Amino acid sequence: MHELSVAEEIVNISRQYLPKENNVHVKSITIKIGRLSNILPDSLLFCYESLIDNTPLNGSKLIIEEIPIRINCMKCGKNSETDHISFLCPNCNSSEIKIESGTELLISEIELFENNLE
Amino acid sequence: MSVITVERKILEKNDAIANEIRHSFQEKNIFSINLVSSPGSGKTSLVEQTINLAKDKFNIAVIEGDVQTSLDAERIGVFNIPVVQIITNGSCHLEANLVKDAYKQLEEKEIDLLVIENVGNLVCPAGYDLGEDLKVVIVSTTEGDDKPLKYPAMFRNASALVINKIDLLPYVKCSLETLRKNALSINPNLKIFEISCTKDTGLNEWIEWLQSHLKK
Ligand SMILES: Nc1nc2c(ncn2[C@@H]2O[C@H](COP(=O)(O)OP(=O)(O)OP(=O)(O)O)[C@@H](O)[C@H]2O)c(=O)[nH]1
Ligand SMILES: [Mg+2]
Ligand SMILES: [Zn+2]
Repeated sequence: MHELSVAEEIVNISRQYLPKENNVHVKSITIKIGRLSNILPDSLLFCYESLIDNTPLNGSKLIIEEIPIRINCMKCGKNSETDHISFLCPNCNSSEIKIESGTELLISEIELFENNLE
Repeated sequence: MSVITVERKILEKNDAIANEIRHSFQEKNIFSINLVSSPGSGKTSLVEQTINLAKDKFNIAVIEGDVQTSLDAERIGVFNIPVVQIITNGSCHLEANLVKDAYKQLEEKEIDLLVIENVGNLVCPAGYDLGEDLKVVIVSTTEGDDKPLKYPAMFRNASALVINKIDLLPYVKCSLETLRKNALSINPNLKIFEISCTKDTGLNEWIEWLQSHLKK
């Protein structure tokens, strides 16, 4: 259940980017989460939705990009990508690998829109 | 319509506080470990045994994390060493700001080894740096030998694995060999200890390992 603490931090950071103009709103927040970060996207979305009620982020959408695990084998040199969690090179089975991606947990961008009808 | 590029780590605040803590520990030459496991694997038992065997050799202090109670701190309290309880009020992991507050109560103490017992959970504590030098993960034989495969992030981030409750091996379906193999497939650098906290097995090697990491 650390999705709740993660959602709180997303809200805290995103609020720092809120525009001053009253007619500009946050349309979406895009985050990247690696497969190794132990975050359940559905649970994170649920927590996010329940936190933004009655805040300036109300109505915004959380877009989650899941980042696969990419490993680079130091033995055979091959790069590989996997969706299931493994730390062995699929090519030569070596455990001497470097993790190139999959541990991400970051906010990549925030999209704003102007509502001129207000 | 406009897009702002942010590219910031979601847990950056925790990471920043953890780095502050790491800095304070370094200044005071404190070696610190973050002890993680499922509920009931024997974290507090290992701390008790460590104090028993080492409190005359070096100075130990303990920060206890618990969801609801101060029972673990009460167990450590009888040893007459500095201990602080953190109650997370339902949260499933410790965060750096909680440890920073707890450490304020220990600042004046002479400490060589600081043990931080995390909340019993093999998933959530993995992502939260507490400023510790090393993570130590405990698995007890009653949990089975597949745990490293099911909770890889925790085993990947740990420096040492304590296999606890080896006295129960005759009664459970758990192969030490498979458990070791699974753990090393996730993290080939894991230092592995085989321990029984209740039968006093394997503890000397553990204490020596701790001692070899002390900074003064
Ligand atoms: N047989 C056996 N039992 C043990 C051993 N180590 C701990 N136990 C028992 O396991 C139970 C849980 O031990 P704790 O030390 O409280 O476990 P913990 O990980 O601190 O538990 P939480 O803090 O609640 O997550 C207790 O009843 C211990 O007596 C061991 O080596 N062998
Ligand atoms: Mg305990
Ligand atoms: Zn390879």
